[in-house]
Amino acid sequence: MKIVIMGCGRVGATLAGLLDAEGHNITVLDLDSYSFRRLPAGFKGKALVGNGIDEDALRKAGIEQADAFFAITQGDNRNILASQIAKHTFNVKRVICRIYDPLRQELYESLGLESISPTVIFADILKKKLEG
Amino acid sequence: MYIIVVGGGRVGYYLSKALLEEGHEVLVIEKSQAYCDIINEELGSICVRGDGCETSLLAEVGTARANMLIAVTGDDGDNLVSCQVAKHKFNVPRTIARIRNPRNEILFKKLGIDITISSTNVILEQITDVVPTHPVTHLHEIRDKGLEIVEVKIPQGAASVGKAIKDINFPAGTILTLIIRKAQKPVVPSPTTVIMAEDQIVAVIDPLMEGDVRKALRGMS
Repeated sequence: MKIVIMGCGRVGATLAGLLDAEGHNITVLDLDSYSFRRLPAGFKGKALVGNGIDEDALRKAGIEQADAFFAITQGDNRNILASQIAKHTFNVKRVICRIYDPLRQELYESLGLESISPTVIFADILKKKLEG
Repeated sequence: MYIIVVGGGRVGYYLSKALLEEGHEVLVIEKSQAYCDIINEELGSICVRGDGCETSLLAEVGTARANMLIAVTGDDGDNLVSCQVAKHKFNVPRTIARIRNPRNEILFKKLGIDITISSTNVILEQITDVVPTHPVTHLHEIRDKGLEIVEVKIPQGAASVGKAIKDINFPAGTILTLIIRKAQKPVVPSPTTVIMAEDQIVAVIDPLMEGDVRKALRGMS
């Protein structure tokens, strides 16, 4: 699969490494080239400096041929905007978006945007830890 | 009318001032305490500090009874989300977003934002008539169809000069509608019409393909 990942933080870089190891064609986009240091050794995909909310940058990243798009930068609204560009402008089949704010995540899920709120999931894990 | 303005920077400040003068009920949501203080001191206590995308804050300020929400922060993503939350969570009848990247105009429309205002486009429209060197003048935008009407001037030495229209490689969806020639009546082009230097061509294009249209008509040989 051709997959575009926007945001090369810890999660983005780890995800890129995992998918790359499985033989997928990965392009990672980030505003800061320094963040690409997180990509694992032997990463065969492409790392591009660019703004994922800019259509030209997305095009350069190969969004037009992409089967899936992940938006996992630190900014909820940036992720939401980029995901909607991928979904509605480029008709990417699978778009997955990280939204920290649980209420916002709920709203966008109801609007048909596949999204995950790590806040709720992680809080739940911590609570379960305590309860043993 | 009850109008919520998201973003209390310079645009938000003067917009709110004008709306107040017209007798509307205005509430400004602004992240920075400093900007909040300026507005509250100078325009009256109308500014709440917070994130205009947060559902809880929007609920608190009575967004459900707002007639309009205008998002004028400097960030397209923030403005989009504010408007979408207002529209889908609080059924605000009219949402208006300021946008920085003109490309976002079509997407925002598609996503249900009622009005988008791009300062970049407004300025471009003003200068393209005046600055003759600008290769493509934006004449009109047909937003709901995702089309744009532009005027292209053909420079001396362009690869398209001397070629028939049918022999030029245009991006899909491009329609040449009119050719204006010096000292001649405007002509409606046919596939066999030959392009001449100095022609002014009016065309309907897909705005995403503007670069390719420019290349096809103005690219040098």
